[in-house]
Amino acid sequence: MSVTAQLIANGIIAGAIYALVALGYTMVYGILKFINFAHGEVLMMGAYFAYTCVNYLGMPIWLALLVAMALSALLGVIIERVAYKPLRYSGRLAPLITAIALSIFLQSMALIIWGSEIRTLRQGSVSKGNEIFGAVITNNQLLIIATTVGVLIILHLFLKYAKLGKAMRAATDNLPLAATIGIEVDKVIGITFAIGSALAALAGVLVGIEQNIEPTMGITLGIKAFTAAVVGGIGNIQGAVLGGFAVGLIENIGIWFIPSGYKDAIAFLVLVIMLIFRPSGILGTKKEEEMGKTESLFG
Amino acid sequence: MAYLEHLLVLASIYIILSASLNIIIGFTGMLNLGHAAFFGIGAYISALLAKVIGLSWIASVIFGIIGAALAGVLIGIPCLRLRGDYLAIATLGFGEIIRAVMKNWTSVTRGPLGIPGIPKPELLGYRFASVNEFLLLSVVIMIISVWLIHRIIHSPFGRVLRSIREDEIASLSLGKDIIKYKLLALAIGAGFAGLAGSLYAHYITFIDPTTFTFTETVLMVSMVVLGGMGSLTGSIIGAIILTLLPEPIRFVQLPTNVVAASRQIIYSVALILLMLFRPTGILGENPNRKNKILYFFKHLAWKIGLRTNKPEQLI
Repeated sequence: MSVTAQLIANGIIAGAIYALVALGYTMVYGILKFINFAHGEVLMMGAYFAYTCVNYLGMPIWLALLVAMALSALLGVIIERVAYKPLRYSGRLAPLITAIALSIFLQSMALIIWGSEIRTLRQGSVSKGNEIFGAVITNNQLLIIATTVGVLIILHLFLKYAKLGKAMRAATDNLPLAATIGIEVDKVIGITFAIGSALAALAGVLVGIEQNIEPTMGITLGIKAFTAAVVGGIGNIQGAVLGGFAVGLIENIGIWFIPSGYKDAIAFLVLVIMLIFRPSGILGTKKEEEMGKTESLFG
Repeated sequence: MAYLEHLLVLASIYIILSASLNIIIGFTGMLNLGHAAFFGIGAYISALLAKVIGLSWIASVIFGIIGAALAGVLIGIPCLRLRGDYLAIATLGFGEIIRAVMKNWTSVTRGPLGIPGIPKPELLGYRFASVNEFLLLSVVIMIISVWLIHRIIHSPFGRVLRSIREDEIASLSLGKDIIKYKLLALAIGAGFAGLAGSLYAHYITFIDPTTFTFTETVLMVSMVVLGGMGSLTGSIIGAIILTLLPEPIRFVQLPTNVVAASRQIIYSVALILLMLFRPTGILGENPNRKNKILYFFKHLAWKIGLRTNKPEQLI
């Protein structure tokens, strides 16, 4: 077992989860040009939904995952309809503040319903890891990578060939024009929130299997995934995946050099550096970079 | 009664915080999500100087203010190139980095253990030890701060800040150095937050990193938004309402974590409802308010026959 290989493996596993969450941020941003701050909390709720299904309703984990994804998709759509849609044309500040409030609201609700104890979805005893390229990877971690890759391929095919996927890309490209040629923009936005939220729930369940579930998990994971979306170029689907793995790797290799207490701060540092020097991200366009600099908050 | 006095001390600290945040969010139009960090820097610098080095209270407070203002400038220099929501996320990131430093720089801040036994303020040999003595001190400091902020906002400098909020490019074309003004606004706001932090530290006499979290920033933003962005009176009202509103929950027999969570629910629901139904807050800056009131009376006069011609409808 070599340390370098292990750090890279850990980075890839964390990156897979960040990528899943980053997709939700980037898809919503692509269409609405708005940061869905409550996305991390949808992830947390998804994990708790699955936890409830497994521990109180006795469902097998795969069924619980599907139920959690469906419920989270519903939650995402409700959030969009109730809190964001009425504010779609009222500047940038109002939806952002609503989103922050929503995220605090969901976090507090989870704290009241499920308590602050740390929970987990881990099944059975911790299995012995497999040694791959000199890194120890458990079966659960292999499952995380396999699920993420599978979902990413399905999403890619959906966006590329399905009619709805094409409509989503059209809305991302130019929302007013998409509306003009008869695409039901509200429906497309709803679907975007549903897909993003379902992916977040999937990520939440995977985190629950691998690590722990707690009411505050959404905010840290959310910020890291948002960083991933910015690193890759916000609004860009491939960028989100690339950014997810990049953030996962930077973070896990970074703790080799600085005290581990600062692990969560690494993502923030990457985010701030990225926003300052290249707000358009690795795969972003020049247009977005210019937009990121001049437009006023109330514009 | 000591309980009510305690609440009033907290309210005056929060009034300074929300008024200072209003300079940044309401008057300059920069959504700053790292205000709790400035609050924390002021608290930590002032507490450490007073406790470890043994500086007098007034000197510790001044260094707390300077430290927080400098942090504002340091954070501002890179972040101010960013637009609205990016700026918000970047300041949030800086806030969390500063909190990580508070938590991990154990040789200075004692990390999660916090700093106990911060000395009570002492001025000209008089020690503000009891709650009502402290209440007097904090109310006086609060009134001076609000007056200073009022003066700043209604100065030519404050008008430039508002012009930046309304239209950055137009202010730039009038020859205003936007970055300089924004940096100054951030530094002034951060400095007052540092003052509030210092007051808090010497009042509670114990600080640890859990006080300066993102939820604290959200609370301050709620106060500003509730009162009305760009209204100083609004910030005062918002701070008082949100300090007192969740208090009755304390008297209901509930587990502690449920009480804390219920407070957060009150703040967040208030924020969401405000954004949906009255985004300008209770006293949002409205240049037309005077005219509207005037119109109301003119219209009334016309209705009851004191006026012959119908007043012109306002747009």
